[in-house]
Amino acid sequence: MKEFLNIKNLSVSVDEKSIINNLNLKINKGEIHAIMGPNGSGKSTLSNVLAGKNGYNITSGDILFCEENLLDFSPDERANKGIFLAFQYPVEIPGVTNINFIKTALESNREFQGLDPLKPGDFLKLIKEKAELLGIPEDRLKRQLNVGFSGGEKKRNEALQLMMLNPSLAILDETDSGLDVDAFKVVADAINSTRSKDNSMLIITHYQRLLERIQPDIVHVFVNGSITESGGPELANEIEKNGYERFSNG
Amino acid sequence: MSDSQEKLTEKDFKDPYEYGFETEIDSDFAPKGLNEEIVKFISNKKNEPKWLLDWRLAAYKKWLTMAEPNWSSVRYPAIDYQDSYYYAAPKKTEKIESLDDVDPKLLETYNKLGIPLKEQEWLAGVAVDAVFDSVSVGTTFKERLKEDGVIFCSFSEAVNEYPDLVKKYLGTVIPTTDNYFATLNSAVFSDGSFVYIPPGVKCPMELSTYFRINAAGTGQFERTLVIADKDSYVSYLEGCTAPMRDEHQLHAAVVELVALEGAEIKYSTVQNWYPGDEEGKGGVYNFVTKRGDCRGDNSKISWTQVETGSAITWKYPSCILKGNNSSGEFYSIAVSNNYQQVDSGTKMIHLGKNTSSRIISKGISTGNSSNAYRGLVSIHSKAKNSRNFTQCDSLLLTDNCSASTIPYIQSKNIDSIVEHEATSSKISEEQLFYCQQRGLDEEEAVSLIVNGFCKDVLQKLPMEFAVEAQKLLSVSLEGSVG
Repeated sequence: MKEFLNIKNLSVSVDEKSIINNLNLKINKGEIHAIMGPNGSGKSTLSNVLAGKNGYNITSGDILFCEENLLDFSPDERANKGIFLAFQYPVEIPGVTNINFIKTALESNREFQGLDPLKPGDFLKLIKEKAELLGIPEDRLKRQLNVGFSGGEKKRNEALQLMMLNPSLAILDETDSGLDVDAFKVVADAINSTRSKDNSMLIITHYQRLLERIQPDIVHVFVNGSITESGGPELANEIEKNGYERFSNG
Repeated sequence: MSDSQEKLTEKDFKDPYEYGFETEIDSDFAPKGLNEEIVKFISNKKNEPKWLLDWRLAAYKKWLTMAEPNWSSVRYPAIDYQDSYYYAAPKKTEKIESLDDVDPKLLETYNKLGIPLKEQEWLAGVAVDAVFDSVSVGTTFKERLKEDGVIFCSFSEAVNEYPDLVKKYLGTVIPTTDNYFATLNSAVFSDGSFVYIPPGVKCPMELSTYFRINAAGTGQFERTLVIADKDSYVSYLEGCTAPMRDEHQLHAAVVELVALEGAEIKYSTVQNWYPGDEEGKGGVYNFVTKRGDCRGDNSKISWTQVETGSAITWKYPSCILKGNNSSGEFYSIAVSNNYQQVDSGTKMIHLGKNTSSRIISKGISTGNSSNAYRGLVSIHSKAKNSRNFTQCDSLLLTDNCSASTIPYIQSKNIDSIVEHEATSSKISEEQLFYCQQRGLDEEEAVSLIVNGFCKDVLQKLPMEFAVEAQKLLSVSLEGSVG
């Protein structure tokens, strides 16, 4: 089987400060991995580096995605190859309607894959269906992208984009934060419904509660920029109970 | 697996100026230079009546006593007015019965520009009065307009066919003595468009004119006059592109609008003249005087413009709010790239009671360009209960460009309210990354963000123009993020 994502000996620094240290992580097709770690452990750095954001210095290591060197690609190429980042803090883009933004993104993805754009009717049907699943009212689709959205509305909107673009690797960066209990369930269940043998996920979270609804295959404990321990879902339970102290000394 | 693994560079995006081609047509030139004889030559070429020749000559004499204005922020080498041609016309002079009689090369040029007259006639329902160099070569939809009594023709034609209307309104909004460039235009104007909407008529279609500078070294001195009689309505669209050229081209157009009681004029412009190359070489000098007169009570004039071209833009479409309850609007997007210089804005002169004006200006600067909004809001003592709202937003894309907002506000009565808001911001890395993470390349991301920034103005444009304007914004900003 073709290798999916393979992070090898990755070290990353920002302004000379080392953030990720010799990280190794393999994700196979269809697998869901969770990364748990305390604040400031470098979790968000990892998601930004995977997505190709500027400002990070890769000091060593490689990232192979579908056996290609991911670091050779621009952020938009990575996105079109199937990497999706659900942002922790989605930005506002004034004057651009939500629905137009999603349509533009989807067309860009489809063009890259050599597909024709969806017919307007089909697109509308699809987005309405997904929005309903996430409890997003239709008028929010017509609003300007993230402008004046509450924290929870922004996160639901990230989930909507994820479901519309159907990426092969979804990275969820603290997608559960900012959601109240009910919204949390709706969003988590909707994302969980996208689970398939072709789609992988990397879930970055502080809390175990998200992992109760999106059950991971493997949980990694991430401390000081590297994985200190990996295991099954039970690892998340232990962290929930005892915190990160045991892992910090390793 | 895709082969396109190499990083895209700016070079991959930078097309040479898309419309930079020149049509080979013999032009009928007046000799180079400017003097009374040239003014007479132009007037004679157009078989003008004596009163108009006298009017031109008076303007010429006035012009000789005037000095080029230097108060704006634009800088350029001195213009040698004797080193320019003041008249050029396509050679074919016989009357044109239909588009089939038009020089096929002209039609081909229009096609390259995406202005298929024939298709527009039938599909878009837009009457096009195409100005090629200085003489109109084809006018469409005249019959339909005639049914409603709407006059839409070339300026020269109007002088001969409707002399009373021309005489009554010409120079009443922008007098021949108004300013250096308007006065020059009054002396040597070549052709342009004339519109008259009779009382109570809503013009059945959007009127549109495409301007195009062609013959080498020819200054363009268009003259447009739009009159909306009582309770009438008209929407007029003006769009321009120009071929590539190394030497600077002077353009000094004059547009006069008159709105009588209860009338409304909507005047939209998309301007894409050659801006010069990446080093700032070449490009059009655009010194335009545009002014609308809300002469009657309850009248309204609205200017909407998208300006992406020209090496130098010096342009302040204005409204004189003479009638009580009249209103003026100015919606503008000005893009400057490379070494372009923009000094543009508006003047809202409130004279009547309960007059209102609204100004929304969006400036986008990139490259090494400079982009200034200069606007005057003047509320006179008799303009009781008047109000103005002004919003000026600037977006900067690089570190080497500049943006400035220079408002002049005068209010001579205490019942009126003037509001001014201004912002300037740099395009944010976070926004760019967000868009790119969704699969848009950098160019697309910039285009999307800029279009969002300009949305308030874009939505004021008639539909067919809005689409064109969005395309133009994207083309103008290609390879522009540093």
